[in-house]
Amino acid sequence: MAGARYADARAMHSRYESMFARNGDVEDLVQRESVGVGVRALVGSSWGFYAVPDPTPLAARQAGRSATGIARASATVPGPSVDLADVEVRQDSWANECAEDPLSVPLGEKGDLLAGVTRTIHAAGIPIAEAAYQIWDTSKWLVSSAGHRIDQRIRECGGWSSATAVGDRETQRRSYPGVRGQYGTRGWELVREIDLAAHAPRIAEEALALLSAPECPAGETDLVLGSEQMALQIHESVGHAVELDRILGWEAAYAGTSWLDLAKLGLLRFGSELMTITADATLPGALGSFGYDDEGTPARSVDIVLNGVWTGVLSGRDSAAVAGLPCGGMMRADGYARLPMVRMTNVGLLPGPHSLEEMIAATDDGIMMDTNRSWSIDDQRLNFQFGCEVGWEIKHGRRGRMLRNPTYTGIGPRFWGSMDMLGGPEEWRFWGTPNCGKGQPGQVGHTGHPSVPARFRGVRVGVR
Amino acid sequence: MSERGMTEQGMTSRGLTEQGMTEPGMTPLAEQVLEVVGRVAGSGADAEVHVSTGTTGLTRFAASFIHQNVAESYARVRVRVALDGQWATASTNRTDADAVQRLVESATAAARLRPVDPGYPGPAPPAATLTAGNWDPATAMATPEDRAAVVRDFVAAAGGLPVAGYVETLSEQAGFCNSAGQQAGGQRTTATVDGIARTATSDGVGRSSSVRLGALSGAELGGLAAAKARSAEQPTDLAPGDYEVVLEPSCVANVLEFLALHGFNGRAVLEGRSFAELGGQQFDQSVRLADDPTDELSAALPYDVEGTPHRRLDLVVDGVTRAVTHDRRTALAAGAQSTGHAVPGGERIGATAADLRLAAGDGGSSDELAGRMRRGLLVSDFWYTRVLDPRTTVVTGLTRNGVWLVEDGTVVRPVHNLRFTQSYLEALGPGAVLEIGSQTGVLGDRWFDSLTVAPSLWLARWRFTGGAAG
Repeated sequence: MAGARYADARAMHSRYESMFARNGDVEDLVQRESVGVGVRALVGSSWGFYAVPDPTPLAARQAGRSATGIARASATVPGPSVDLADVEVRQDSWANECAEDPLSVPLGEKGDLLAGVTRTIHAAGIPIAEAAYQIWDTSKWLVSSAGHRIDQRIRECGGWSSATAVGDRETQRRSYPGVRGQYGTRGWELVREIDLAAHAPRIAEEALALLSAPECPAGETDLVLGSEQMALQIHESVGHAVELDRILGWEAAYAGTSWLDLAKLGLLRFGSELMTITADATLPGALGSFGYDDEGTPARSVDIVLNGVWTGVLSGRDSAAVAGLPCGGMMRADGYARLPMVRMTNVGLLPGPHSLEEMIAATDDGIMMDTNRSWSIDDQRLNFQFGCEVGWEIKHGRRGRMLRNPTYTGIGPRFWGSMDMLGGPEEWRFWGTPNCGKGQPGQVGHTGHPSVPARFRGVRVGVR
Repeated sequence: MSERGMTEQGMTSRGLTEQGMTEPGMTPLAEQVLEVVGRVAGSGADAEVHVSTGTTGLTRFAASFIHQNVAESYARVRVRVALDGQWATASTNRTDADAVQRLVESATAAARLRPVDPGYPGPAPPAATLTAGNWDPATAMATPEDRAAVVRDFVAAAGGLPVAGYVETLSEQAGFCNSAGQQAGGQRTTATVDGIARTATSDGVGRSSSVRLGALSGAELGGLAAAKARSAEQPTDLAPGDYEVVLEPSCVANVLEFLALHGFNGRAVLEGRSFAELGGQQFDQSVRLADDPTDELSAALPYDVEGTPHRRLDLVVDGVTRAVTHDRRTALAAGAQSTGHAVPGGERIGATAADLRLAAGDGGSSDELAGRMRRGLLVSDFWYTRVLDPRTTVVTGLTRNGVWLVEDGTVVRPVHNLRFTQSYLEALGPGAVLEIGSQTGVLGDRWFDSLTVAPSLWLARWRFTGGAAG
């Protein structure tokens, strides 16, 4: 312990593979492997962390001493006393379901898939046809001075394709399954299920059509969002806003803070009564699922918004203790060399009572948008402006002509308060986001977002 | 995500040779890995090897105390093996002989299994580097106590305002070699101090980067952040619309980085996604923009990820677009030469300038520029900028860390943050740049671990499309 009152160590062995194809050719194939150990030490009220690329006991002990030294340096600019919320201390093993090991699928087969998809799109008159997959295979072992002894193996994968058409003045893109693809804690069966090849002709056709589609009109209208864009809406305007480290000001200089005030937890209306959001790390196959977080807290489901009222936050042991809340078990690190921090698990909507067809049929004058294209939100997670790849007019209960450059903007709680129709269980989909950035040094997180289509009333659209 | 988002792994005590471990450059170790490639893949294989080791330390503070404090030692060995146009890359953080053997075998096997890449450009030819990289021993040896001392100064200078931010030091030694005979080595250090001071209604920022930690003053930057926060207190609403602006260097750096990624990028030009037209008067004639990874401010290694030596590249001269950046792939496709701008992940994002230098003017400080503005906004910082259309570089984002309304050369009041939707190209277009400041900021680029140098700009028009509070 070298003087620390608490310490933990995570050893990790990580394998990563990605392939990228453009216009019928595989242009990039990357394989990475890393192994190492990161040690976290709490001395008094101050933390230190040190990582080495050597998982041997000797190196781990050296890292522990360095972490303790860093914690002592932290103590020269000290803060309030730090406690850790009580959690159950476990000794356990966990692995996610994986029907077909993605790293064992032959590279030639994977390359043929991506090359074929992009060849189809390119042949349809698209100048920039792209497709890719990514695979992560991570084994990790956690031990702590409190008695945690946990090993996990998590395999994740997914992929995407896109068609970018180039016009005289602008570009238009259509992606499938979404702009970030679709990812999960699953094996290669996920990539087979999304069937990139089957959708290649459609996205090519839609990208070309967008070049000559009318511009999304500016004004206020009713807005129907598809589930992929809803996943982004949830991620940016709910998921990040309820991170307890942001609420406490620990991310103030970079990621920002939150408009949410802990004094209003359990009282504040976040959205309409249709809005119920959970953070559930136990959903099989979803990208934000695990057995234990990187502090050893068992995966759990936490109510974040219940019937429109803000009820919960995303937290770890230290932030939960500061706030006087139960630990949410949401601390995860991007590799052994990074400090665990508060991360979204599977933050998403529970389904509602409507179907997408019902939403469109019930809308006299509106716009439907789907597939995220741009995203920007302020440092309190309140004011957002999001753009989608494609929009469609809705007139008199029918989906009409395609619209290009659709955008919409709003203020979080007002926007969520205007949600009056919500997709049902048959449209509930677990979207995976493999590129959530946070922290300094930067960390890339994998998050899941159960989502359904929804309708919002009186939204400002067409902001350019 | 760039490779920066991936885990960086550390050097072990089991490197191939002690010589490779201790030389200032890592070229000898790279050469030994190249020999392994020759044995595994055969003498006819193309190969390139990049080896780097380093340390990073980052001390983070919030609510005026150090709340996260991390450090790591790392190493990376990256190999690309190409067999008649079939190629693959593999990397590891292990440098022992067994790990290197497995790495090379893995890359070779992967290359054999993948389809031929008709655009594969082959390895970079031998060419001398122009520098060895900028290296400051004191920064390379910086301790957690050194970083904490800078934090302490920042906190003290804020005069009781809560502060948050970070102090980072980085050192790296690297070596490259390939089967065409190119060899290069280098080293670099970087330090950054970046923090805000906060009141109940405002934030103010102080940030700077350098190759030397000793060149950065926590007291100076903390004092600046506090002064800005106090002057931005009690902001009021301002109607969205078109305004003249004085953009401080952090904002200008953001503009330059988008123009580089989406415009001066050889791949974007080849694919018709770029605005860049060589010889076109696309910018105000006062604009002179270069990329220079070789100057005394640079935190770059002396060569790019393909081993091509870095050199200065003038992108815009007197408002005329003069060059775009190429790696070997885009250069081959364009019938040009690599400009030394290959970046990690370049097969996807293209060749990108990351050491941007916008020439200063004679306009003085940002306050002096604002002092000549009839009505407009003085903006400290941008936040969450995202491109809406790459070809026109229409970007949306928000202001952050202080915005002030200026009338008749006088700051009349701070205003709430605003959302903007603006073509960055048009903002710097002919006639749009009213004056350029004479003081430059040195600012870290989060994507490429590089440094951008930018002055303040007084621009004729910036389109604000909404208030952050609705």
